[in-house]
Amino acid sequence: MDSFSSLMDGFGTALTPTNLLFAFLGVLLGTAIGVLPGIGPAMTLALLLPLTRGLDVTTALIMFAGIYYGGMYGGSTTSILLNTPGESASVVTAIEGNKMARSGRAAQALATAAIGSFVAGTIATLLLALLSPIVADLAVQISPADTFSVMLLAFIAVTSVLGSSRVRGLASLGLGLTIGLIGIDATSGQQRLTFGIPELASGIDVVVVAVGLFAVGEALWTAAHLRRHPVQVIPVGNPRMSRQDWSRSWKPWLRGTAIGFPFGAIPAGGAEIPTFLSYVTEKRLSKHPEEFGNGAIEGVAGPEATNNASAAGGLVPLLTLGIPTTATAAVMLFAIQSYGIQPGPRLFATEPDLVWGLIASLFIGNTVLLLLNLPLAPLWAKLLRIPRPYLYAGILFFASLGAYASNANTFDLFLLLIIGALGFMMRRYGIPLLPAIIGVILGPFAEEELRQALQISNGHVSGLFEPMSIVVYVIVVAILLIPLIRRFLPSKSPTVLAEAAHEIDEAHHHHGTTDAVSVEARTSSEERGPDPR
Amino acid sequence: MTVAPRGSTAEQGRSELGVALFLGAVGLLVVISAILIPASRIARGPVGPSAVPLVVGGLLVVVSVFLAIDVLRGGRGEPEGGEDVELGGGTDWRTVALLAVAFLSNALLIEPLGWPLSGAILFWGAAFALGSRHYVRDAVIAVVLGVGSWYLFVLGLNISLPVGILEGIL
Repeated sequence: MDSFSSLMDGFGTALTPTNLLFAFLGVLLGTAIGVLPGIGPAMTLALLLPLTRGLDVTTALIMFAGIYYGGMYGGSTTSILLNTPGESASVVTAIEGNKMARSGRAAQALATAAIGSFVAGTIATLLLALLSPIVADLAVQISPADTFSVMLLAFIAVTSVLGSSRVRGLASLGLGLTIGLIGIDATSGQQRLTFGIPELASGIDVVVVAVGLFAVGEALWTAAHLRRHPVQVIPVGNPRMSRQDWSRSWKPWLRGTAIGFPFGAIPAGGAEIPTFLSYVTEKRLSKHPEEFGNGAIEGVAGPEATNNASAAGGLVPLLTLGIPTTATAAVMLFAIQSYGIQPGPRLFATEPDLVWGLIASLFIGNTVLLLLNLPLAPLWAKLLRIPRPYLYAGILFFASLGAYASNANTFDLFLLLIIGALGFMMRRYGIPLLPAIIGVILGPFAEEELRQALQISNGHVSGLFEPMSIVVYVIVVAILLIPLIRRFLPSKSPTVLAEAAHEIDEAHHHHGTTDAVSVEARTSSEERGPDPR
Repeated sequence: MTVAPRGSTAEQGRSELGVALFLGAVGLLVVISAILIPASRIARGPVGPSAVPLVVGGLLVVVSVFLAIDVLRGGRGEPEGGEDVELGGGTDWRTVALLAVAFLSNALLIEPLGWPLSGAILFWGAAFALGSRHYVRDAVIAVVLGVGSWYLFVLGLNISLPVGILEGIL
């Protein structure tokens, strides 16, 4: 039980009064910001990042773990009470959760979400603790060529999420990679895309990109289409679940964990597919299928557990390979890097205190979340009533503050507005944000690995093809070809995945969170000509 | 205010072609600037600094073509929804422009006036742009936020923010 004793050491690191205080503060702030309409977990992290700047590494990461869980739970609260998910992973929660809220069971929906998140988060963090050292051991041996191939897989996977347009995903990835290229090339010392502007030589700060795309883009986009009449917020009572609620919830929690963790752990996808799979599974297994669509508690319990388990699973590739699979994980990666620590296979060997402290603080954050959010649910619901001019003015205020504080440079404020305008355009034309942010953060690393791999092979392209990377490239090609294959095998018996895909399309259509509808998403019969991927 | 309402697909399609054009232009810019990178003296390894920009720029150009094809065949990027978003009314450019002014005035004033005041101007201006007409209440909130966040960052977090003309007072 090597992991076990390391984990205990981790608790030793994390469980100091100061760190506990910051864990509480993190959960509190994370939930408070995350619950605000229009703010998802990634934006919450990006906005709160400057607050951790003055802290030492361990404390900062512990506070971050709190913000992370708080932000995710805040998003679920918004979904349930307003029927408007802040991010794609909580689209499913909104389907049944809001129906429950409308029939006067908002408190129960929030409770099953909170307890389910706690159960799933705890089990998944335990799995993370057991699995990560093993993955890290394996990953130490992988070469730059392999790492590059996995990063390529991550790029392709985030652009190919079910239910969205691939060409727009690739457009977003290309824009992100371009932003990542700006600055001095570390290997050759050449300036790239700086146009002689000295402020660009060190590259664009990731905080500026993330805050610009998420916060400023969101504020501008919403301002252009602001709803002028007040939104209906459903009042929340004291969250207390009946015996029946419990007996209907615990199995979905466990099944959700089982579905979510593996999907999060593979460097592909994110939380959208597993939450839909969980929804479909619960619908099939439920003794009350007729309640689905009218507020079935299983439909909240399962997907919420899945969401949290998948988030914890996502930390496996993040910590062991340095590869983020969600926007939230991407911001997290940047936060860790800003302390001069590079997540990757060697992290477990070089920074054991830090890693195990972080994993222990995930347990703590999760527990604090439960303790804090069950009693405070009615208070969070009140935050949803904040007048909209103040809400969006506040977002711009804190976005400017965060961007300026990271480098004390006015130039960053102008950049912030330009990137915000880019975020506006992307929202207007259904270009997803996730590939861009992954491209900005991961692009420079992928280039470094590629060039190292070619340096080792003396410039021969064959050096990129090693046993493991070949397997990964096959997967990449398979992902790229799926739409083509689906076209040649027209509508076979509806599998669970196909059903999930259909549900995703429907829900997207309904909520408009989707990234795009494109020709390829339609039925294949009218399709001819080149594949618009 | 000039954007056509949803449903007028011809107008929407034309404007989305602009996105394809933008992507293509960025792609070309990346490619050209990669070609113009001079040979490096301290280069290490067989792959120079221009290889990856060429691929990324190429990707953008190819994507712009496919996007244009997709748009011409009737594919549409769906505008993002949200809690406070009401699609269908067209874009309210006046609010966006006022917000940009508030934002830029903070960027220009932060060093001469200091964050407590420039941030307050940003908040007040943004709230005004978004339709709040409680001038005094907004100003009080704005100043409290500006001064409060300055104290939080400078004293609480040890991150320096410009104090500007309030030097000696705060």
